[in-house]
Amino acid sequence: MIASFLRVAWHVMRKDITVEVRSLEILSTTMLFSVTVVLMFSFGLVSDGRPVDDVAAAILWIAIAFSGTLALGRTFERERHNDTLRALMLAPADRPALYAGKLAGILLLLVLVELVLVPLVGLFFNAPVLAQAVPLALLLVAGTLGFCAVGTLFAAMLVRARSRDVLLPVMLYPMTVPVMIAGVRGTAALFQPAPEPAVAQFWLGLLVAFDVVFVLLALWTFEPVMTD
Amino acid sequence: MNRLSVVDVARHYGRRKALSQITFTCDAGEIVGLLGPNGAGKSTLLNILATLLAPSLGRVEYGSLTAADGAALRAQIGMLGHDLFLYPELTARENLAFFGRLYALPDAARSAASALDRAGLAERADDFVSGFSRGMRQRVALERALLHDPRLILLDEPFTGLDQTSTQALVERLKERQRAGCLIVLATHDLDVADRLLTRAIYLKNGRIVASDTETTGLAERYRRAMQ
Repeated sequence: MIASFLRVAWHVMRKDITVEVRSLEILSTTMLFSVTVVLMFSFGLVSDGRPVDDVAAAILWIAIAFSGTLALGRTFERERHNDTLRALMLAPADRPALYAGKLAGILLLLVLVELVLVPLVGLFFNAPVLAQAVPLALLLVAGTLGFCAVGTLFAAMLVRARSRDVLLPVMLYPMTVPVMIAGVRGTAALFQPAPEPAVAQFWLGLLVAFDVVFVLLALWTFEPVMTD
Repeated sequence: MNRLSVVDVARHYGRRKALSQITFTCDAGEIVGLLGPNGAGKSTLLNILATLLAPSLGRVEYGSLTAADGAALRAQIGMLGHDLFLYPELTARENLAFFGRLYALPDAARSAASALDRAGLAERADDFVSGFSRGMRQRVALERALLHDPRLILLDEPFTGLDQTSTQALVERLKERQRAGCLIVLATHDLDVADRLLTRAIYLKNGRIVASDTETTGLAERYRRAMQ
């Protein structure tokens, strides 16, 4: 049962990555978009090489949220184009496994974007991204997973809605406010001149709890939401 | 699965009734046509039969199975939609192998190769689907729908955009599946082709069955009478 679930999720993720490697459409647009966001904020919030206090963490998470929304929309636009989401839903596979595969694909894409984004934020905002690399990586992965868990479900739900481009952020951002707050506060604690790992750990715990709740909720509701 | 029973099925979208009181039964070896003008409810009914949509009222029985049987039932259903359910960024072989793996076929690569042979596209197997003509894509899509040897075959406007040769090839393939004991339900506007193919016609208008018959000739005239 679990093996079958993982097999289906793996094939869906691999297919998404293959399509993306061929087109580089989502990776290039999200990468360009997030780099532009960081550059623009750096022009406004850094003067004489000194950024406004605690701003780096907020900029990092704003860029993740915006580029994540872009990636979610484009990924499901692809499935909508030839109605392939229906073909996936028709397969004799656990439908939640399809969700898990889509989630893993989007997560992987955003992690790639973050690999460029984080050093850029460190460079432009003098943020010590390497000093606390492991806790920072954990915060980023946990936060991105929470954001994508909700986003993947909503993007799948809205795939046939006419105003999906407007509805996705309208539904997604209020639901992921806890992710953004925990991500920003946890990251800010690590970017302090004297880092506060205990504070970051508290926010990481909150993100993990959010992830567990929303991934399970999405797996549970994916099938009824997609067939009603 | 030897019998499909649709009992008092209705589907409502808010206050709009897309389908009302749909009841019919058909048996293995039949080719059933859903005929009617645009908006008659043909695609909605096909989606319900495919378990992609839950009926608001009524039930559908697939022999001893129901939609609640999930993957076990979907393993016996193959669907060709109006949109072809293919990824244009993948080659024909990759498309078929991907779906073969989702269907958990023992040797997806070999099944894909055999399917491409049947479609007459073995030489174009490694070309991207985006470069195929409508007829070629339709042939790949049909083989995708039949890849797992389904007992219930659902087709939504399968003759749209096909030239005479491709139409004839599709008709022959469906007759071959009929002889193999499959139950085929198709929605079409192409009465000329349907006249030579259907064993039963069900006429839909405004979401209701207005007539049905098992005559084998004069479909255009029967359709005109039913729609009056």
